[in-house]
Amino acid sequence: MGIAVGILVLVVITVLFHFLSPWWFTPLAADWASIDLTVDITFWVTGVVFIALNGFLIWVIIRYRHRQGQKAHYEPESKKLEWWLTIVTSVGVIAMLAPGLWVWARIIEVPDDAAVVEVVGQQWHWSFRFPGEDGVLGQVDIGLMTVDNPLGLKPDDPAGQDDILITNPELHLTINQPYKFVLRSKDVLHNFTVPQFRVKMDLIPGMVPYVWLKPTRPGRFDIMCEELCGIAHFAMRGVVVVEEKAAFEDWLAGYPTFAEVLARPTPTLAAGKASYAVCSACHGASGEGNEMLNAPKLTGLQPWYLERQLMNFKHGLRGGDPGDAFGAQMAPMAAVLADDAAIANVAAYIASLPDSESRKTISGDTARGEKIYTTCLSCHGSGGQGIWSQNAPALKGADDWYLARQLENYRQGIRGAHPQDLYGKQMTLISGMLRDEQAIRDVVAYINTL
Amino acid sequence: MAYVALADRDHEQHLHDPQTFVTKYIWSQDHKVIAIQYSLTAIAVGLVALGLSLIMRLQLGFPDTFSFISPDEYYQAITMHGMIMVIYLLTALLLGGFGNYLIPLMCGARDMVFPFMNMVSYWVYLLSVIVLCASFFISGGPTGAGWTLYPPQVILPGTPGNNGGIVLMLLSLVLFIVAFTMGGLNYVTTVLQARCRGMTLMRMPLSVWGIFVATILGLLAFPALLVTGIMLLLDSVLGTSFFMPALLSMGEVSEHSGGSPILFQHLFWFFGHPEVYIVALPAFGVISDLVAVHARKNIFGYRMMVWAILAIGIISFIVWAHHMYVSGMNPYFGFFFATTTLIIAIPTALKVYNWVLTLWRGDIHLTVPMLFVIGFIFTFINGGITGLFLGNVAVDMPLSDTYFVIGHFHMVMGVSPILVIFGAIYHWYPKITGRMLNDRLGRIHFWLTLFGTYAIYLPMHYLGILGLPRRYYAMGDTSFIPDSAQAMNAGISIAAFFVAAVQLIFLFNLFWSRTRGKPSGGNPWKATTLEWQTPQTPPVHGNWGPDLPVVYRWAYDFSVPGASQDYIPQTMAPEDVPTDPGSSYDGGEGEHS
Amino acid sequence: MNLLRKITAKPWEHAGEMEGLHGEYIAAHSAGRTGLFMFLAVISSMFLLFMISYYTRSRFPDWEILADPGILWLNTGVLVLASVALQMASNAARRKAMVSMRNSLFAGALLTLLFIAGQLVAWNQLVEAGFYAWGNPAIAFFYLFTGLHALHLVGGMWFLGRLGFSMRQENKRERIRHSVTLCATYWHYLLLVWLVLFALLLKT
Repeated sequence: MGIAVGILVLVVITVLFHFLSPWWFTPLAADWASIDLTVDITFWVTGVVFIALNGFLIWVIIRYRHRQGQKAHYEPESKKLEWWLTIVTSVGVIAMLAPGLWVWARIIEVPDDAAVVEVVGQQWHWSFRFPGEDGVLGQVDIGLMTVDNPLGLKPDDPAGQDDILITNPELHLTINQPYKFVLRSKDVLHNFTVPQFRVKMDLIPGMVPYVWLKPTRPGRFDIMCEELCGIAHFAMRGVVVVEEKAAFEDWLAGYPTFAEVLARPTPTLAAGKASYAVCSACHGASGEGNEMLNAPKLTGLQPWYLERQLMNFKHGLRGGDPGDAFGAQMAPMAAVLADDAAIANVAAYIASLPDSESRKTISGDTARGEKIYTTCLSCHGSGGQGIWSQNAPALKGADDWYLARQLENYRQGIRGAHPQDLYGKQMTLISGMLRDEQAIRDVVAYINTL
Repeated sequence: MAYVALADRDHEQHLHDPQTFVTKYIWSQDHKVIAIQYSLTAIAVGLVALGLSLIMRLQLGFPDTFSFISPDEYYQAITMHGMIMVIYLLTALLLGGFGNYLIPLMCGARDMVFPFMNMVSYWVYLLSVIVLCASFFISGGPTGAGWTLYPPQVILPGTPGNNGGIVLMLLSLVLFIVAFTMGGLNYVTTVLQARCRGMTLMRMPLSVWGIFVATILGLLAFPALLVTGIMLLLDSVLGTSFFMPALLSMGEVSEHSGGSPILFQHLFWFFGHPEVYIVALPAFGVISDLVAVHARKNIFGYRMMVWAILAIGIISFIVWAHHMYVSGMNPYFGFFFATTTLIIAIPTALKVYNWVLTLWRGDIHLTVPMLFVIGFIFTFINGGITGLFLGNVAVDMPLSDTYFVIGHFHMVMGVSPILVIFGAIYHWYPKITGRMLNDRLGRIHFWLTLFGTYAIYLPMHYLGILGLPRRYYAMGDTSFIPDSAQAMNAGISIAAFFVAAVQLIFLFNLFWSRTRGKPSGGNPWKATTLEWQTPQTPPVHGNWGPDLPVVYRWAYDFSVPGASQDYIPQTMAPEDVPTDPGSSYDGGEGEHS
Repeated sequence: MNLLRKITAKPWEHAGEMEGLHGEYIAAHSAGRTGLFMFLAVISSMFLLFMISYYTRSRFPDWEILADPGILWLNTGVLVLASVALQMASNAARRKAMVSMRNSLFAGALLTLLFIAGQLVAWNQLVEAGFYAWGNPAIAFFYLFTGLHALHLVGGMWFLGRLGFSMRQENKRERIRHSVTLCATYWHYLLLVWLVLFALLLKT
């Protein structure tokens, strides 16, 4: 008897949970109401079966539980009953399968007016490419991928010249415009998912799968990687912004074509040196840093990292948090640099300065630090040298007090909290593994030994 | 009868009665001892996997709290948890444990047909477990690529254990497959060749049918894992490019080129999907026998049950790519695999109906095994239903790679078979030890496990619908995950700890009843099948004494009209059946009206 | 059809009936045969999946067709002879001609060793010509196929060796004769596998 009540309780809980729980699909932002409909149909069909079957089970347990003198009915089989059950089940299955296949046919059939966008995945970062005016994406080659050509476009392919490169993980789309996303991976398997869009597809190196959709709701949505792609899988996030056509075009105009990237002048060190005069007041004449002024050492850092941080400071992605007093000092300094070229120049100049020794001020349990660092080394390298493709700066030789402060900032959400600072967000997610101050001291102490 | 004994004598020449402790319990060739060795090893390694799942739950329920769980360790934990549970616990326990114990006893054989190979099978299995566990202790630790071991990431930096752990994992799998093949050949050949006189295929209990067909599936499907394992091993160790494409790893172009990661996925799931049924079919079989015995009624639609097992076994080889709807494979495959997947639901549903219909108009004894049967039916209905979501390609799109998938396969492939295993242990423990497991502890164990596991997995489905991705170390800030989801995750973790703790009751019961349990006698459940008719309990080496049993009827003669007891053992000749006075029952020789 | 009839029988009817049923405990003989055939099914599944992988992989652009070493033709001939020798041993076993059986077995074993040695020579030629497993996928498959095939022959040789050692024991003669027929089946099967693999390697 107890078991009949128990099953009844479970059924009631299930039904109540279904209707009362606050968790359901995120509001749809693409033209895929048909997918939601197939899910609803499946819920109704299976819900009826769930209740009917368990209801019958409960009744049977109550009605036919053992009592004195009871004897079971003898009936080896009933062809008729089994046929009926087969037919009813088949009808239920068809009721779910038919709409499912019908919707699937739509999912794989890309409309002719779909615009093409390439989504490029890598450990643990998203980039994008628009085909430009010719509507054709240029050819790419893994072997051509370098710091200056991270997507590996072939320089001699005319179709690639007008491709627009979005090398940060924020993608904008025009509302009500169908898009065909062609998916390319530089390294391992990834999966391009925006929960509000419903559809998703893997990225496979060596292949180019696709998925299409029409965004129907303006907003800012998360891109999640949903295929385990290594230790920072959970930190491989991006953003997709759906907006009106005009806003979209403004945004796109801010990004260079591949031809423009190729034609970009090499940074001039002389100009960079001139700009650096302002910096030297705090960071020192040769970029050695000054702990008293809370100015970290700059030498040993890669130019692309310096550029990115200067841009972040300039555009308020970093240093804007009230908790980041020292970052706030830096923001107006970065604003002094007039344009992208000036930033590139000063970054190149700093990168050309000879690396100097930093003073070690933090000690800790290096053995424990080494263990923690096994997570870090997937991006920053086993020697702390930094890896360009992971967008991860060098840590080796950096001021330890500065590293510790930044890790603490990430952990507290002081740095990396700006919605557009997606690299910073990655660090806030990863630094979650540093549960206390001692962990930070230990890992920094280990980095000191590299 | 005479010639049974004759054939028997021929056999006894090969049957060396073990004398010493070592030959009796360690290097034993007795299927019952090997079954227990398999079971205990599987349970031990299963407890390791249970511990790993608790590490995962600590991180997911309470992120930013426990300093001993880094992303590396988290991914290593999920990988080892999945692999151990699927292969080293469930497959080994259901086939190596139950298969070994039940097949010879239920078929009326003295032992497996190749007892030496059977023994080697266990020792190679143990070796595979040791190799697997060794990866915890090497530098870099075990692989953290997820139990699917997808290339290319599995052997690239950025995934934990990409050089040492994965090699040990693959070696261990190869060993496991060797062990399984040796055992599997034994089970299949024993069923085909060593049934006692009168045991036709259709008189076999459904447990034997389930284990038999599952073993055939395993024999044909594990080679796919072997093939992938060997090629991946070569990609990893020798630098070949079977699965490895050209790629950029850590800023450098790798030496590989041209390989196909999706080929790996096809091969892996060609094994992986039948594997689901390798676990499910023995569970289906066992549950059919338990439900009949404890409802005192013949299994409803025995023939349909056998055909359904066969149909599921065959169809299970053509549904594999439903694990790959969003893998980037040719999208037109979706139509085919969605159709086959939903077709396989039909025989599976029929099995569920027939279990419930067996209870219908039965004489349901609510014993502990019966409670687990009912718990299983409920859980399996639930898990089967969510499978209809994921098998249907368009419906799968938003749910794939979310917590919904986790909820689904833990209901259908985690909790369901585990409930069967518990039910089966409560049912057969008296035969194995001669003592009953404690009934009160058994009931407590059942109730807490059933409700506890449901508390874990029911909410997961809804978190999945919300869009929580699986295999995330931390959710962080998103635009769509509310704080309530994190609170639910904490609740799930608490439930998981509760369920894990409850299993201690079971372990205690297992050991305590071994010496203190109520003596059970030979056939405490009044069951019909052969294993309950052995001359000794527990059965001795050789099982049957001087003469092999002779089978006169099918395995489900319960509550036969006219017979004066509600069960007729398979070994009872029609003329020996006690009948009610005035009844015209002839012991079953003619047809029942 | 027999199987179909068996699994459509209504088992709850006709209790006690034994006619046409399986019957007595089957001694190790037919169990060995059944076991062997199941094992061959397992190996078939494995080689089939390897071949499917080979075919799939060969359609990728980086696939290079390689010239197979000429010695493979010679090896194939040797393996055919080994199979013939095993068949002669099997025939002799059926006739209970122990001496003839032993001689044929010995010849078969020698020929098999010769085949394995020939395969090693083929490997050596490839390595000396600079074809390493990691060089291109066709070569990798070549090493894999030939290696696995040879490994299965080595397994057969181990079994054959054990037979050879127990041949003196009078009381095991019946079992030995039976085992020899199983060995012959296994050798024929491996010959067949080799012919299919060789054809596949030649064609692509």
